[in-house]
Amino acid sequence: MLSYTLRRLAFAVPTVLIISLIVFLMLDMAPGDPTGSLPLTIPLEVREQIRISLGLGEPVMIRYFKWLYMMCVTEPLHIVQGMTGWNIAPEGPRILSWQTRSPVGDIIVQRVPQTLWVVGMGYLFGILIALPIGVISAYRQYSWFDQVGTFVSMIGFSVPTFFTGVVFILIFAVWLGWFPSMYDTTHVVRDWNSFVFQAKQIAMPVAVLALYNASQISRFMRASMLDNLNQDYVRTARAKGLGEKTVVLVHVLRNSMIPVVTVIAIGIPTVFTGAIITEQIFRVNGLGDALIRAIYVSDWPMVQTITFIFAILIVLFNLIADVLYGILDPRIRYD
Amino acid sequence: MTDAAKPLSPDEAFRPPRNQWWDVWDQFKTHRGALAGLAVFVLIIAFVVLGPLIWQVDPGQINIRERNQGSSWTYPLGTDQLGRDLLARLMYGGRVSVAVGLVAMLLGLVIGTLIGVLAGYFKLLDSPLMRVTDLFLALPLLPLLLILVTLFRDVLAKTFGESIGVFLLICFAIAITSWMQTARIVRGDVLALKEREYVLAARSIGTPSSRINTRHILPNVLSPIMVSATLGIASAIITESALSFLGLGFPPDFPTWGRILYDGRDWIEQYPARVVWPGVMISLTVLSVNYIGDGLRDALDPRIRGR
Repeated sequence: MLSYTLRRLAFAVPTVLIISLIVFLMLDMAPGDPTGSLPLTIPLEVREQIRISLGLGEPVMIRYFKWLYMMCVTEPLHIVQGMTGWNIAPEGPRILSWQTRSPVGDIIVQRVPQTLWVVGMGYLFGILIALPIGVISAYRQYSWFDQVGTFVSMIGFSVPTFFTGVVFILIFAVWLGWFPSMYDTTHVVRDWNSFVFQAKQIAMPVAVLALYNASQISRFMRASMLDNLNQDYVRTARAKGLGEKTVVLVHVLRNSMIPVVTVIAIGIPTVFTGAIITEQIFRVNGLGDALIRAIYVSDWPMVQTITFIFAILIVLFNLIADVLYGILDPRIRYD
Repeated sequence: MTDAAKPLSPDEAFRPPRNQWWDVWDQFKTHRGALAGLAVFVLIIAFVVLGPLIWQVDPGQINIRERNQGSSWTYPLGTDQLGRDLLARLMYGGRVSVAVGLVAMLLGLVIGTLIGVLAGYFKLLDSPLMRVTDLFLALPLLPLLLILVTLFRDVLAKTFGESIGVFLLICFAIAITSWMQTARIVRGDVLALKEREYVLAARSIGTPSSRINTRHILPNVLSPIMVSATLGIASAIITESALSFLGLGFPPDFPTWGRILYDGRDWIEQYPARVVWPGVMISLTVLSVNYIGDGLRDALDPRIRGR
């Protein structure tokens, strides 16, 4: 198992590097130039100096390796220094955002908590809703509960989040007026009232994400339970006189969770990227919002860095899923 | 071999052989959701293809005096902030959305099938092609799509013209980010099929590899390809609408369902219909296609069929 993990890790690093190189080269081909939006009265020499000051004077590969060094060493150390106060950050340049001229790492640190709260809670609630629905649907296959459950999950799976979000705003913010339609990120939770406000404003984005994730996970849960319910070991467990509750909730559920857990693990990074849309609907200024804004104004260092983070997340969680699968299912042997 | 085959009655013996697609259709018919999905999908196609022939209103016709109208006989679904007829816009927008879905799905399918067959059939290509597939699976797709569209929109618009250029770009971008699942499924099936006796027999009489693939292997991997095709349409339509919704899809004078939804979002408090209609169209299309896919998967699975 350990050697497998190490082997996979050795493979994951080049994957991430190649992805970052692809994105870097693509952005390098971009027609947009950071000096393009400056006034035309600036003479060419000054324009060239501005380009060099932004780190654009050197060949592509040198810039790529410089960026990679800053991304992997300078920025993380600066972030750790910001959080702990240890004096460990190296001197030297940092990745600067072209739109704000501040280090990309600082902006990302500001943006991550909002994304984590909204997306994380959306995913968590999604799982909590999906698991019981999947279990009951499979146990009572073709019952009305199953029919309704599969239909609702088909709808939740088909209706894009940007439409569910808009419909939620329409119903709960415009007509009923229960929740605010926009997310106020400057809001600080101090007392009970501000906590209630926070709960209200986070309710809709979380509900949209939870519905979408729940419909996907419950389909997996149901299919996985159905696979296991007809296995011989279930009959054996019943034959030796175990209660129905023990059979389903201990024997079947535990075996059915193996593929579902890996699906949940693989889904975490896609939730981050998919939440870009939810963040746009509810104006949550999270990581996805930072990415969209950076794309609008051609702020390539920002785009590059956020895409790189997403790529790391995807590769990492794929790895976690594979390793988890091996740990949970002793029948799987990797070596 | 002790059971003697029951002698066929003359009627049965001389019955013309039945095409397997009839069996598939028979199984497909038993799936109520799939039938309903098919009916809805046909209706939507009729709405976007035949609709503009009946409802001959120019979707780009600006009429400021008639702006923000509610439903009436002249404007069944009302007009937008520039007085353009929403029904006509939905029809034309649907054409673009469905066309993007179909073209992107076909492109993705071709790429995926090609890579899957090459990887499955030729041992030498297997490992490198599958590494490429894994690499693509690890890409953050939505951000990458957004980057692709922003970077190449102007270039392609210059060479092919505004609308065609963006159309090609979006189809290509969706295809290049969605072929991986098809490739994996096809590769797995091809790997199993190429060891079968009938492929060996074909090879033994000197059939070239290209013919073995097109004549003997591809028809047998058609079922998974068809299922991933239907799912591909659904995800392509959603992706296109998502791009338009983020303002990075088609230009504003070129309606698609996602774009109409995006434009209507600013008016949601006064005129919710402008958001609801395009959203309902997208959702209905995707829902119907997903149900068709579900039914097709059951119908094409020989283990389920005939039971």
